[in-house]
Amino acid sequence: MSDNAFIRFLKEAGELSAFTGRFFKELFKPRQEWRELLRQCFYVGNHSLALVGTTAFIMGLVLTIQSRPTLVEFGAEAWLPKMVSISLIREIAPVITALICAGKVGSGIGAELGSMKVTEQIDAMDVSGTNPFKYLVVTRVLATTLMLPVLAVIADAVALYGAYLGANIKGVVSWQLYWSQVFEALSYSDALPAFVKTYFFGFAIGIVGCYKGFNSNKGTEGVGRSANSAVVVSSLLVFVLDLIAVQIADILGFT
Amino acid sequence: MQSKQVDIVIGVKNVSKSFGDNHVLNDFTLDVFKGENIVVLGKSGSGKSVLIKCIIGLMKQDKGDINVLGKSVADLSSDELDQLRSKVGFLFQSNALYDSMTVRENLEFPLRRHGKSLSQSEMDMAVQQALESVGLAHTENMMPSELSGGMKKRIAIARTLILKPEIILYDEPTTGLDPITGKGISELILEIQRKFNTSSIIISHDMHCVKIVANRIVMLIDGECYKIGTYEELSHSDDQRIREFFD
Ligand SMILES: Nc1ncnc2c1ncn2[C@@H]1O[C@H](COP(=O)(O)OP(=O)(O)O)[C@@H](O)[C@H]1O
Ligand SMILES: [Mg+2]
Repeated sequence: MSDNAFIRFLKEAGELSAFTGRFFKELFKPRQEWRELLRQCFYVGNHSLALVGTTAFIMGLVLTIQSRPTLVEFGAEAWLPKMVSISLIREIAPVITALICAGKVGSGIGAELGSMKVTEQIDAMDVSGTNPFKYLVVTRVLATTLMLPVLAVIADAVALYGAYLGANIKGVVSWQLYWSQVFEALSYSDALPAFVKTYFFGFAIGIVGCYKGFNSNKGTEGVGRSANSAVVVSSLLVFVLDLIAVQIADILGFT
Repeated sequence: MQSKQVDIVIGVKNVSKSFGDNHVLNDFTLDVFKGENIVVLGKSGSGKSVLIKCIIGLMKQDKGDINVLGKSVADLSSDELDQLRSKVGFLFQSNALYDSMTVRENLEFPLRRHGKSLSQSEMDMAVQQALESVGLAHTENMMPSELSGGMKKRIAIARTLILKPEIILYDEPTTGLDPITGKGISELILEIQRKFNTSSIIISHDMHCVKIVANRIVMLIDGECYKIGTYEELSHSDDQRIREFFD
């Protein structure tokens, strides 16, 4: 049984890699679908902005409230903005953004392409002079890849604002002091790797959603399963990529 | 009407297609003549959809040759294939209407994508004409989800008609419709043949539809072309495997 699951995993990983390979092959083929790309970018941003913003705000607020007691114990309360902002920028905001997008956008792509597949809409595009891989997959993967960093930067800003409010619940930190401490704490080597990895998160979410949808099984049940496993696999991939990103950043000296 | 040399618009020669151990088509051969409605009759799962998907190039046969309007489908480049497909309409069993688009956008899609550079007014005209040919003018701003089963089928037919195809492939056009709606669709198929002089392959196992639309019937059994004949001929056959369909 476990053997079976392992083989299934390998098979799936192989297919996903082949799908990714096909993405890069089709990416440069002629007839770029700019309009559809723009539409998808708007869709990704529009559909997750509110959720990403809310979550980031709460994370900033809560993290600050939770961290205060420990710092107070060490008499290091003044470090609160520094510590919290580094956690938020390096790790929490990018990962939370990616997870929200995996849940919202990844599942949406899986379900949409899945239902297009089972109702033969993908074949219909094919016979209507349209390369469905370019029109549907390439545009969506590019959209998530390009939009995730944008959302993550917004999440950074909102989370830091949440942290500012959190810092002011039990203490007093002026607006100027807070931000000067934040920017003093943050360096290029914090922000850059965190920013770069969001591109990979976005790519993973898009490609997994499309792969699951494109390979959906017949029947409405197959569509549900595509949407569901798109979320599970892409969320997991986000963590794996995060782990790899930390290692690479470390090796490259971004510490 | 029968001249000495009849034009063959689709020539399927010794085509085989398998999925693993599942041998779906075995040496299947069929010629479709210009202007005729030919019905492919076969049980569900017998490979009818696979056959027409090979004809339109959505699948590739393992062996044999398929010639459509003088071109060998499997050998075409993707541009040539697109070119050919603009002359061949395909009605999907599940209609395949794009459910995020309005009826108008659905109809405009093949026009735009096949690179017909039409002005907006020409486009509007084409959409109106196509909708009128299926008896559904004034639906252009509706979404597919607002349409009944029979209306969806008509819109899907309008979407194939909009490119003025020479050939139309219908995949089970009446399956899933009530008998009266199904009869309406069958009559529409006949009307399209007469009005636009199209040649068609119609996949069906609905004998009411078959009786109305068929000029000739092909029995697809065990992946082969088991028998070809008119409705009259086949319905009087005493072969048990043919009788099953007619009783
Ligand atoms: N893409 C595919 N992969 C594997 N098997 C397929 C595929 N498409 C069709 N088949 C198999 O081919 C056979 C014929 O299918 P189909 O042509 O859809 O039947 P029908 O005559 O009902 O239209 C079925 O057994 C089906 O399982
Ligand atoms: Mg079928």
